[in-house]
Amino acid sequence: MPASPLQRLLTAIVGWLVALMLFFPIAWTVLTSFKSERDATTPSLSFAPTLASYHEVFARADYVAFALNSIVISLGGTVLALLFAIPAAYAMAFHPTERTRGTLLWMLSTKMLPPVGVLVPIYLLFRTSGLLDTRSGLVIIYALMNLPIIVWMLFTFYKEVPNEILEAGRMDGARTLGEVWFLLLPLTLPGVASTGLLSLILCWNEAFWSLNLTSAGAAPLTAFIASFSSPEGLFFAKLSAASTMAVAPILVFGWFSQRQLVQGLTFGAVK
Amino acid sequence: MSAALTTQAEAPPRALRKVGSLLLLPSVIVLLAWMIIPLVMTLWFSVQYYNLVDPTTTGFAGADNYRYLVTDPDFWVSLRNTLVLVASVLVVTVVLGTLLAVVFNEPFPGRNVARVLAISPFFVMPTVSALVWKNLMMHPIYGVFSALARSAGMQPIDWFAEYPLASVIAIVSWEWLPFALLILLTAVQSLDHEQREAARMDGAGVLAQFFFITMPHLSRAISVVVMIETIFLLTVFAEIFVTTSGGPGNATTNLAFLIYARALLQYDVGGASAGGVVAIILANIVAFFLVRSIARRLEV
Repeated sequence: MPASPLQRLLTAIVGWLVALMLFFPIAWTVLTSFKSERDATTPSLSFAPTLASYHEVFARADYVAFALNSIVISLGGTVLALLFAIPAAYAMAFHPTERTRGTLLWMLSTKMLPPVGVLVPIYLLFRTSGLLDTRSGLVIIYALMNLPIIVWMLFTFYKEVPNEILEAGRMDGARTLGEVWFLLLPLTLPGVASTGLLSLILCWNEAFWSLNLTSAGAAPLTAFIASFSSPEGLFFAKLSAASTMAVAPILVFGWFSQRQLVQGLTFGAVK
Repeated sequence: MSAALTTQAEAPPRALRKVGSLLLLPSVIVLLAWMIIPLVMTLWFSVQYYNLVDPTTTGFAGADNYRYLVTDPDFWVSLRNTLVLVASVLVVTVVLGTLLAVVFNEPFPGRNVARVLAISPFFVMPTVSALVWKNLMMHPIYGVFSALARSAGMQPIDWFAEYPLASVIAIVSWEWLPFALLILLTAVQSLDHEQREAARMDGAGVLAQFFFITMPHLSRAISVVVMIETIFLLTVFAEIFVTTSGGPGNATTNLAFLIYARALLQYDVGGASAGGVVAIILANIVAFFLVRSIARRLEV
């Protein structure tokens, strides 16, 4: 559509202005993380950059433990969910029955249960079964929490595989399991990967269950950052350094998975 | 689309159907357990006297927990705060998201980079967003806003003391605007260009095009954004937990925080469960419409 040069310039200005405003708090956090605690309390741009805050955050013996918990729990939750979801999505995409539609919608509806509505029973169940403040506990919760989204996304990807390829495979004697591993996985690997990526992002940033079900032993980075909310003393630079390290890896993942995010989080309702 | 048609055309043989159900079964069982067990427990606890620090009072409570809940002024405040939070964030994110989607759909230099920057807040974990906003941005003495106010000769504002709920709303809106933008942008991109072109030829101005062509096309995407955000916004927790802890007083206590406080600070299992049932009912009203809307699009 031909737009006048003035209109184009205006769009560019508005677009960039908004983008920079939305990104500003993140950029500011990264900037502050390189300041000393003294400089961090003034919004000045001229300061002597230092890595002191990073050193101090790392020096806290527990930082590495928190980061490790985040990695283990996110990966564990994602892998566990994929183990359940891949066969389920496969079955529904390639061997649909009259119940498939209902099953998919029912799975979606389980995602609608607000976590806070079941906080009490889950907390008590975890307490009696010794899962409170354990990585396994959060892995189970995260896998269940994301399972509907993961099944849906995989289902969508599997639906795009032409059935003829499977038919040809069957002629050649591939059995059901053989089909999955030798025909489907390579074909849908990008789909599985981006589904896993979205699940990783959701697990990494989850902050309801992680704050309520963990304390010292299995707490991930979301809880580590929350410990900076204590009112005694202001540690802007250290908060910024810890935040930057907690956010940076997942932010990059996020940039790569924008499209899958739209599909996954809207259950294919927006295309 | 063609794949969907071919799979539908031929009924799968019996043996395959059996294998199919076997593959599906594990997911169905765990999800069923995940849904039913906590739900039944919440309902059960909500009609029981059950306090973890007072083991002497137990037994069937009937509607007492609910009666106690609805006569508690904190509950109504939390309900009001929840609705104000959800409604405000929805208005901000949907209105700005729609406008920005239109802007980011037009070509301009560096558009892709600008778009990546604009959607970044969505990938920041809630505890980080909340603390960064509270300390680096909105701190009454050291924050960026106070520095801006001072350099403009104005009195800095103590945001979390003077406008606590609005401050939380601002943070949550910042987190969810990128989501609305991303979904709505996807919808705008699928808009039929010829239709817009035709309208332009017929003399429709930018505004007319927006209201008569873009908006109707976006209505479905907007309703999906509204419903999905509502599900998540009804239970905003971390942002409140690390900034205000529900205060000052109960100014920022929403239903999620009230239930948390009842359960894990006051150990009142019965009362918290009654609150949980209310949260589940609220979410289900929205979920009903969301599932129906998604079902219309679903091809099996």
